[in-house]
Amino acid sequence: MENILETKNINKYFLDPVKFHVLKNISMQLKHKEFVSIMGKSGCGKSTLLYILSTMDSDYDGELIIDGQDMSHLSRNELARVRNEKIGFIFQFHYLLPEFSVLKNVMLPALKLGRYDEATIKKKAYEKLELLDVLDQAHKKASRISGGQKQRVSIARSLINDPKVIMGDEPTGNLDSKNAENVFNVLRELSHIHEMSMLIVTHDLDFAKKTDRIIEMGDGSILS
Amino acid sequence: MFKHIIDISKTHLLSKKKQTIIASLGVTFGISMFIVMMSFMTGLNQLLDGLVLNRTPHIQIYNKTEASETQPVDRFLDASDQLSHTHSIRPKRRLLRIHNALPIISELRANEKVKGATPQATSKVFYLAGSNNLNGIINGIEVQEEVRLFNFKDYIVEGDVNCLLKKKNNTLIGSGIAKKLSLSLGDKVQVMNTEGTIFTLEIGGIFQSGLADVDDVQSYVSLKMAQQLLGAGTNYISRIHVKLHDIEDAVPVSELIENLYDVKALDINTANAQFDTGSDIRTLISYAVSITLLIVAAFGIYNILNMFIYEKMNDIAILKATGFTGQDVMYIFIFQALMIGLIGGILGLGVGYGISAIIDNVPFNTEALPTIKTYPINYDPYFYIGGISFALITTFLAGYLPAKKAQNIDPVEIIRGQ
Repeated sequence: MENILETKNINKYFLDPVKFHVLKNISMQLKHKEFVSIMGKSGCGKSTLLYILSTMDSDYDGELIIDGQDMSHLSRNELARVRNEKIGFIFQFHYLLPEFSVLKNVMLPALKLGRYDEATIKKKAYEKLELLDVLDQAHKKASRISGGQKQRVSIARSLINDPKVIMGDEPTGNLDSKNAENVFNVLRELSHIHEMSMLIVTHDLDFAKKTDRIIEMGDGSILS
Repeated sequence: MFKHIIDISKTHLLSKKKQTIIASLGVTFGISMFIVMMSFMTGLNQLLDGLVLNRTPHIQIYNKTEASETQPVDRFLDASDQLSHTHSIRPKRRLLRIHNALPIISELRANEKVKGATPQATSKVFYLAGSNNLNGIINGIEVQEEVRLFNFKDYIVEGDVNCLLKKKNNTLIGSGIAKKLSLSLGDKVQVMNTEGTIFTLEIGGIFQSGLADVDDVQSYVSLKMAQQLLGAGTNYISRIHVKLHDIEDAVPVSELIENLYDVKALDINTANAQFDTGSDIRTLISYAVSITLLIVAAFGIYNILNMFIYEKMNDIAILKATGFTGQDVMYIFIFQALMIGLIGGILGLGVGYGISAIIDNVPFNTEALPTIKTYPINYDPYFYIGGISFALITTFLAGYLPAKKAQNIDPVEIIRGQ
């Protein structure tokens, strides 16, 4: 099966306040439809790795290949395009734009991509909200819904451009166990039924155990 | 392409209504004050120009009464080895009339730089009122040329300026004299010339120049009547007033006239040197004040947008994480700045126009300009075009720096910082 995401010898240094080797020769692969979790103690560099994989951080050495395309030499605008089109990102703190409606929040990345006209995008946004069971919240302001609902909306947003891979930075870290369970089930379903690859950073061992594969990190390297 | 960027900007502006309104009002204040200041100041300047420049001839021609530069004794003595010293030099006696005045006038009128030239004949008289004799001057004029060139009509407070044409012994009498002698329109006044001959004039109008020195002594009659008062022929002309198309030509043309004819030609720059300077400085001050106001408004916008961006750090990070480029984010904030500039600017034009219109209706009565009833306002469209352009340019610049900063915000730093 082909690799949707692959890294070769990624090294990353923090220069401030002192030079610090955060990531050491990271080489890993994520296959199509695979649900992978990254675990490790805090400070081991797993979030830093995720920011590099999501192309938000381009200050590193080594190779990053997403969907067969080498990311290392792309400009910032080209990277933004890749993020927009191929990556869905779920944050720990649900990060919605508070002044916009839920629907608008979901639609914005698709409006930016401009692949479909606005009416189609709206239809798709409704579908994604329905998929995540928050359709009834569509016209509320994003600041007016509960934490669990926010997280589902942000998953709906990450799906809007039908990305190749979804990345999550502790998407359940801020939720109670019931909501965490719900979010996991949604992600599981997405990877099974909608054939998306998942790469989720988590602290939660229960969560991780249920994924296809666990990448364990320690002190800037991959342990297993 | 820009539709969703405009959409995001609009949502930002509308969700922070108070700040948007305050920022826009800053611009409104600056622009409206700019327009009011400029309209009012240039209106006043034009009024003062009208007061002095329009009624003052660009060149006055008369016979000079000056001591000759070459005294008779100098012609006999050789200056290289002999020294002469003459005490108590007196000017040569000269006639008041300009020699060959009529040919000079027709030559001046033929000159393409000259808008017009009017002859005047001045006679000293006494106004007779019972046993009182009042000193005065009567000027003979070609009234229609005076109206055309020097806005003479503006100073007639009663009666008709053209009465001088209708009847030979009609006069336009100074308001000061009319008051002193309790004369009104249609009354008769007797004047005595220097020879002692008495003439009866009928008052066809009253003029008021605003200068008491003039209004208390001077009256106008037709040129012919003045020549008759003087007991002189139709070629008796004591002054010629010249108006040019371009006031800047006053100095060279007056020099030319002095060189060609045996007369004294006084140009307006020499006669009213202080006036031009005052006018320039007033314009300069109004520009300086208005531009200061606009710059203060621009700093207000800069501040508010800076705060906007600090508040919107999270939004910027999300937008960037979900695939918006730095440029997109920059456009969002520049668009907001321009909207503030546009809304504030258009409001400013309206408010500026409104205040100008109010000032335009405030009563303003001045002795000097009997035809002016309210404060002068200059509704020059350039002020409005300039105002809105300045609003857009300053808000763009004020928004550009914060927007540039937003463009370079690293989303990772913000997400990690949470």
